[in-house]
Amino acid sequence: MKCSEFLQELTDYLDGVIDAQTKAELEDHLAWCHNCYVVCDTTKKTIEIYRDSQLYELPDDLRTRLRTAIISKCGTRKKPGPQSV
Amino acid sequence: MATIQPKVSEPVSDELTLVQAAKAGDVGAFEELVRRYDRNVFRIAQHITQNREDAEDVVQDAFLKAYGNLNQFQGQSKFYTWLVRIAVNEALMKLRRRRPERMVSLDEDVKTEEDSLPREVADWSPNPEQQYNQAELRDILTRTIQGLPASFRTVFVLRDVEGLSTEETAEALELSIPAVKSRLLRARLQLRDRLGRFFQRREGANGKETNASGDGNQ
Repeated sequence: MKCSEFLQELTDYLDGVIDAQTKAELEDHLAWCHNCYVVCDTTKKTIEIYRDSQLYELPDDLRTRLRTAIISKCGTRKKPGPQSV
Repeated sequence: MATIQPKVSEPVSDELTLVQAAKAGDVGAFEELVRRYDRNVFRIAQHITQNREDAEDVVQDAFLKAYGNLNQFQGQSKFYTWLVRIAVNEALMKLRRRRPERMVSLDEDVKTEEDSLPREVADWSPNPEQQYNQAELRDILTRTIQGLPASFRTVFVLRDVEGLSTEETAEALELSIPAVKSRLLRARLQLRDRLGRFFQRREGANGKETNASGDGNQ
């Protein structure tokens, strides 16, 4: 397997949605190709760092204000329907 | 190497019941749906618009639009996926209004110079995120993801931050599954490449390992 072929499968490999034979081929490649090992490992870290980063969390006070505004506007409308937007 | 574990999502078994009640005019049921998903919609909107006021508007507009169009929701997809589709469209409209000079589309298949094989394969320090304080790390992560094209950023946020499946992301963005996969791969690799400037392992002058702080060039 070439490095470019490994990269094409990287997303499915990291997501764990790959058949057993391809997974074995990818892991054979990882065992000897240090560059691909590093790319795979640091891409996984990239995803985990963003997933855990809590960027752009909605503060409670803003959350309450937004929800109150939404619900009060919903309350002034008739029942939902295709014409009611 | 272990795979990425999917996010554990909240139970959605009662979601259809809430939607049915809201369709019948029960505002309290809709309020529960808002409470369940407002944080997600805000994050998605902020990532797309890159502007807090716009993101607040998107949260309001998306939920009001969802409420007004509930009868068009047929229950063939999850309510959340349907809501995300509305929110993404609202956020893109905001972005286009703010940046009329730049055509913003999720259909564009952006080619960038970073699409080739990763050039830098230097390993990262162990626990690289611990090399920076919280504010510095947030700044690095924010600036790095903001540098991606909107079409890549949105796919990455829905798949990897919000935990939607490939199929749900495709449905929410009205893209094909191969297009989602291609953009996700490129988004992940570009973010990895850019974060490497901050996180890569370096040897200090005294031979001790040091981090890459101070390298603020994007």
